Amino acid sequence: MSANTKSNWELLKNGMFGENTIFRMAISLCPSIAVTNGLKNGVALGVAVVFVQTMVNITVSLIRSFIHPKIRIPIFMLIIAGYVTIIDMLMSTYARPIYAQIGLYIQIIVAFASIFARAEVFASKNRLIPSAIDGLGMGIGFLLAMIVISFFRELLGKGELFGYSLISGNPLLIMILPAGGFLAVGLLMGFFNWVDMRFFGGKGASGV
Amino acid sequence: MEFGKLFELVIAASLINNFVFTRFLGLCIFFGVSRKMETAVGMSITFTAVMVVSAALSWVVYNFVMIENSMFQGSPDLTFLKIIIFIGIVAAFVQSADTIMKKISPTLYYKLGVYLALITTNCIILAVPLINAGEHYSFFESIAFGLGSGLGFALALIIMASIREKLEVADVPAPFKGLPISFIIAGLIALAFTGFSGLITL
Repeated sequence: MSANTKSNWELLKNGMFGENTIFRMAISLCPSIAVTNGLKNGVALGVAVVFVQTMVNITVSLIRSFIHPKIRIPIFMLIIAGYVTIIDMLMSTYARPIYAQIGLYIQIIVAFASIFARAEVFASKNRLIPSAIDGLGMGIGFLLAMIVISFFRELLGKGELFGYSLISGNPLLIMILPAGGFLAVGLLMGFFNWVDMRFFGGKGASGV
Repeated sequence: MEFGKLFELVIAASLINNFVFTRFLGLCIFFGVSRKMETAVGMSITFTAVMVVSAALSWVVYNFVMIENSMFQGSPDLTFLKIIIFIGIVAAFVQSADTIMKKISPTLYYKLGVYLALITTNCIILAVPLINAGEHYSFFESIAFGLGSGLGFALALIIMASIREKLEVADVPAPFKGLPISFIIAGLIALAFTGFSGLITL
């Protein structure tokens, strides 16, 4: 990809919808199921990803002219791991109860394909401001996907939102079980494909 | 060292806490390479081997270098760097395995080399050392855990691949073609895997 020609707003929108990490690109799928059994966990991980993605893009963009192309992969890995360590320590100190549940997945952000891909495809070839906005857009896109999935799972599986009880009666227990995560993501992905095909004339997600 | 305990650990890691279906890790690879049986089998073999070796390597580094006072009296506590160090170990190991395999056995390299490159981006490979360190497993327990996780991933991959080969000819609604239907199938398999919970209580 050559240098960017899009406006900042287009960049932000592209990250949020056009190239949405989970529903369009279908990468970084692990957390979309692992931590979406409650809105609180989903939002926490989403915010962590927004932070890491933006900071990695900014850093890579700033030092892009000093990185030798041959050793770029280990360098990107180190930068990502550094920021993940920061967010990991911050959360383990200030958000103890959430960290106890999703700590492992926070650490796993290092291996996220989406963060690495943006550093490689975009930030290493563009100036500071577009890179920062691209990272922000991608991160927010991920956050939105997490919110949508965990909204449905918590509402249907527990009848609660953010831990506040909304619906009385028997909830659909399957939605908070591991199996429900796969079902929820599958159905939502199908739904977004349908919307895309029906109203925007798209071909649906690229699919692996 | 009890073999019973190690065996339990292998079973628990592969069936009860199966990485794909109950811990949800390695999904990108799981959905990415499960389209054909042949690639799934190749990936499973490479993956299990890398998993066992990297679990052993990172155990050694963690216990003899990173823990306070482990290398020499007064050596610093480096456990806070575990994310960076483990990803470094795995990446370095995969890279060198790639080079060595190319030199020693080109036939094997052409069969499995592609998967080797893919493995670095797999989150399970990082999760196993992290869990080993968190649970304070002994050396053999770490290896058993790595082996179990690798076998569990292989099992998941092969089940999924055999279903998806049949799915190619099935009449699926257009919006659900490809990934969405695979997710739903994975959900059904995960439901079956919940039947294993309670098999062993560690």
